[in-house]
Amino acid sequence: MAGDTDKLVCELALRMGDNALILGQRVSAWCGHAPVLEEDIALANVALDLIGQTKLWLGLAAELGAGDNADDVAFLRDARGFRNSLLVEQPNGDYGHTLMRQFLFDAWHYPMLQGLKESADIRIAEIAEKSAKEAAYHLERSSDFVVRLGDGSDESHDRMQAALNALYPFAGELTAPDETDEALAAAGLAPDLNVLRQQYDDYVSRIFAEATLTVPEGAVRKGGKAGLHTEEMGYILADMQWLQRAYPGATW
Amino acid sequence: MTAALVKPATDDVWRWLEDVPDPEIPVISVVDLGIVRDVEWKGEVLVVTVTPTYSGCPATAVISMEIEEAVRRRGVEDVRIETQISPAWTTDWITDAAKEKLRAYGIAPPSGASCAGMIKAPAEVECPRCGSPDTSEISRFGSTPCKASWRCNACLEPFDYFKSF
Repeated sequence: MAGDTDKLVCELALRMGDNALILGQRVSAWCGHAPVLEEDIALANVALDLIGQTKLWLGLAAELGAGDNADDVAFLRDARGFRNSLLVEQPNGDYGHTLMRQFLFDAWHYPMLQGLKESADIRIAEIAEKSAKEAAYHLERSSDFVVRLGDGSDESHDRMQAALNALYPFAGELTAPDETDEALAAAGLAPDLNVLRQQYDDYVSRIFAEATLTVPEGAVRKGGKAGLHTEEMGYILADMQWLQRAYPGATW
Repeated sequence: MTAALVKPATDDVWRWLEDVPDPEIPVISVVDLGIVRDVEWKGEVLVVTVTPTYSGCPATAVISMEIEEAVRRRGVEDVRIETQISPAWTTDWITDAAKEKLRAYGIAPPSGASCAGMIKAPAEVECPRCGSPDTSEISRFGSTPCKASWRCNACLEPFDYFKSF
């Protein structure tokens, strides 16, 4: 029985950690390239928070048998082993795409972490408590930007709408429970995603209305939780893992 | 016979740590910042428990090294740094004296409640140079994870604000 719980906790830690890792990797690529200095600094800080959280989650996954340590879990798995949502692996695109991806993620991340603070597993609850404070700040910022640019100039509105049209199909996966999510909720280890989806939809609809943006229709695209990724994932991992793969055990 | 046989009192260790500066903001110590959570002897090993400010703050590793070094310098051989993430660090743990040191250094100290809730109103932040409350936020982030960039509308100076967190 304890073995089953550990397996569930490990899977949750991989999902949370991989989402933070892959988004952190994507966002950090803006470092030195953002449109203005303040934004460059802001994105680097968001990426840093996400990588910090990754260390905590993947450290927990490693304790439960996913690898020797957090670094090995991050650098030595192939794409099929990653459990992040398809949303976070989508390309940075223009600045509107980057901000929209962040918003669609943050709007899930913050309430998810709030729910995980109540987890029956103390290790999950502690990591969630630490991360939720950072996620709250990220959500404030990305919500502000979606409103400011969506309800901004014609150009910024069109770009934000294009970003929403491209990325929204990937957002649904975050709040669509699979068997693992259902087992996690039943064991009191994680919040019920069906409840969370309601909160998510209410919140993003309110922000999109304020931002004068229209939510597109269409099917949800998913697969990441089962390790089935888009072609983007291979490129991300090639970039992120090549050093550890080419020079195993290399350190600073 | 040797110094190693004498275990310094934990009160003394706390005093040593008051001299260990934050690597990014050297006017305040790691104790001022509220990140040293506990100092205790576990058998022959001195255990110092620290908590990170932000989970990805690069200063955390440097701080642990500096704490270790400060303790070793005074003859304690066996020291272990343990990390504790709960309860999560909050700017409420920064001492009042340290807040004044921050202000004198040109960094506006955290103001208002530290509770990170959804979409809160921005805190009123006083310019650390001229004291005017007429200030505005330039960016939610700054040169370190714990700071934001602000500007004074009265004296026109830009300044760092240590975010309530």
